[in-house]
Amino acid sequence: MASVPVTLITGTRKGIGRHLAEHYLALGHRVVGCSRQPADLDHPQYQHVTTDVCDEPGVKALFAQVRKEHGRLDNLVNNAGIASMNHSLLTPVETVRRVMDTNLTGAFLFTREAAKLMQRVKYGRIVNFTTVAVALNLEGEAAYVASKAAVEALTRVMARELSGFGITVNAVGPVPIETDLIRAVPRDKIANLVNRQAIKRLGKFEDVANVVDFFLQPDSGFVTGQVLYLGGV
Amino acid sequence: MNDELTQLIIAATRELSAEQGIEIKQALGPDTRLFGEGGLLDSMALVSLVIAVEQAVEEKYDTPVALADEKALSQRSSPYRTIGTLASYAAQELSARRQSA
Repeated sequence: MASVPVTLITGTRKGIGRHLAEHYLALGHRVVGCSRQPADLDHPQYQHVTTDVCDEPGVKALFAQVRKEHGRLDNLVNNAGIASMNHSLLTPVETVRRVMDTNLTGAFLFTREAAKLMQRVKYGRIVNFTTVAVALNLEGEAAYVASKAAVEALTRVMARELSGFGITVNAVGPVPIETDLIRAVPRDKIANLVNRQAIKRLGKFEDVANVVDFFLQPDSGFVTGQVLYLGGV
Repeated sequence: MNDELTQLIIAATRELSAEQGIEIKQALGPDTRLFGEGGLLDSMALVSLVIAVEQAVEEKYDTPVALADEKALSQRSSPYRTIGTLASYAAQELSARRQSA
C-alpha cells in the first residue's frame, strides 16, 4: 500500500459516513465520498461525487473518475444505507425494493467495481455495514434486517472470491447510534434494544471507527469474511 | 475494429503477464489460447484480463462494455478461448452498446 491511502466511503453526507470521512481525512487519507445529494464537507483531500449507490452507470462513472485521478483504491467502506422501521404487514413492497436496492445492490455494485481496481495491485480492504438487528432478529424491521442479512452473506462469499487478489471483505454491525436512521424510532424501542446488548448503552461514532480502523489496517490481511457486532451482541 | 481490439488484448495480456509473472513463450496473436487446455491463464488471471480489457475498451472507445455477463459465461463456445475469440466478442458487445446509445 502506498503512503497516502485512497479511501472511498459511501453515504458521506451525514451520520456515520460523514464521521468516517472526517476521521480518515484527519488520518491523512485521500477520501472520495458519495451520496444522492451534494455534501458540504470541504477539505482539500476530499472529493464528493453525487450518485445513487444502486445506479450502475453513476457508480461506474464514479470509479472511472477514481481510476483517472488516483490510479488506485486502497479502501472501500460501504456505509450508505437506508432503514425501514415498520411491521412487515404494514410495509409496502416498494419500500422493500428500495431498501434491498440501496443496502444490498449498492454494496454489491461498489464491492465489484472496487475489487476491479484493487485486484491489479493485489491489495484492498472492503468494509460493509450490517446491524446487530440481524443477530437479534429484531421485529419491526423485516426488510431492513433481511437486506443486512444479505449483506452479511455477500461479505462472506465475496471474502472467499476475492481472497486470491489480496482483498479482504469484512462487516461491522453497530448498535443504535444517534443518527437520522434511528431518530424516528420510539425511545422505548431503542431502550429495549440496548437492554439486549451485553454493554447497555448507545453506540458512538468512535466505536464504529475503531472497528473499521482494524479491518482497514494493512496488518489485518489475514482477517476476512468476518462480521463484528458492537456492544456484545 | 477486430484488429484494433486484438492489439488491445495483446497489450493487456502482456501487461498482466508482466505484473503476475506469467511466462509467455510464444508470439501473441488471434490464435493464442487464453483459457482452457493449453491456455496462458488460470481462472483468476482470466478474471484480471477481462477486467483490464473492459477498462481499456472503455478508455479507448469511451463506451463501457461488459465482457463478463451471464451471456458470455453461458455460451457453449467460450469467448475467452483465444485472443481472437475475445476480440470478436468485445467487437460485438461494443457495436451493440454503440447502437443502443
